[in-house]
Amino acid sequence: MQVIINGEPHRMPETMSLAQAVALLTSAPTGVAAAVNGDVVRRAAWDSTSLADGDEVDVLTAVQGG
Amino acid sequence: MDDPLLIAGETFSSRLIMGTGGAPSLDVLDRALIASGTELTTVAMRRVDPSSAGSVLSLLADRGIRVLPNTAGCFTATEAVRVARLAREALGTSWVKLEVIADERTLLPDPVELLAAADQLVADGFTVLPYTSDDPVLARRLEQAGCAAVMPLGSPIGSGLGIRNQHNIELIVESAGVPVILDAGIGTASDAAIAMELGCAAVLLATSVTRARSPELMAESMRLAVAAGRLAYLAGRVPRRRYALASSPPTG
Repeated sequence: MQVIINGEPHRMPETMSLAQAVALLTSAPTGVAAAVNGDVVRRAAWDSTSLADGDEVDVLTAVQGG
Repeated sequence: MDDPLLIAGETFSSRLIMGTGGAPSLDVLDRALIASGTELTTVAMRRVDPSSAGSVLSLLADRGIRVLPNTAGCFTATEAVRVARLAREALGTSWVKLEVIADERTLLPDPVELLAAADQLVADGFTVLPYTSDDPVLARRLEQAGCAAVMPLGSPIGSGLGIRNQHNIELIVESAGVPVILDAGIGTASDAAIAMELGCAAVLLATSVTRARSPELMAESMRLAVAAGRLAYLAGRVPRRRYALASSPPTG
């Protein structure tokens, strides 16, 4: 299946959790948030959240700004 | 003198809120933040970049500075609410500097989207600190919506033009029941002092420090200016007069 992670298309195995998608980008234990198709998913639910073909995943953290 | 800043039940001994944007390196930012004496500092939320080194979050944690996420870059209430929720999840704080801008050229707040976002975030349990224009009516509406402070601009973000409409800032301060924080437009120390003399509870600035020739020195000057302006406000300035008033006794 194909998943969009932070705007980039990725070819993925048929079963993949949000936790696995986030781990492609960062291993930071805190300071990171993720959304699937615009909806925020709490960190505690990353493992149990399965991604589907065409899902858009956003993984954000704090940067210098403001 | 014990004169803490109080926002939503939290106290701060510094009345200078810093931003972190524009610093050439984390090391320069670190020294500027220390020199500023700030206890509350903004960060932006962006997509994770695996190649980026160092973290502004760990810097703030090391210095014991409370983090205030913003919604910079959002043009609609929907976007801003989403970023605020992501920030709450990532950073474990329900405080947000709400920024909903109208266009890239001016970065002025979009009042309609701003008020809509404030309504939604307050209902969702956020402590909302909105970046707003210097319109006293909009400031009042934001306070009525339940915002914990109002943060009018002095002039456009990063412009360094100072406070273009001091009268409006005074009007906002006069009627506000929440802290008024002058946000955006500060160019140099005197601008920060004027904001405090007008009765603002605090000043939020970034560019004037982070893009100064010496950010560390400018940060210290801002710390002193904010403190001086606050003291002057509390002391009460003398009235302006058209003609002289002798300061020595006329007779004897």
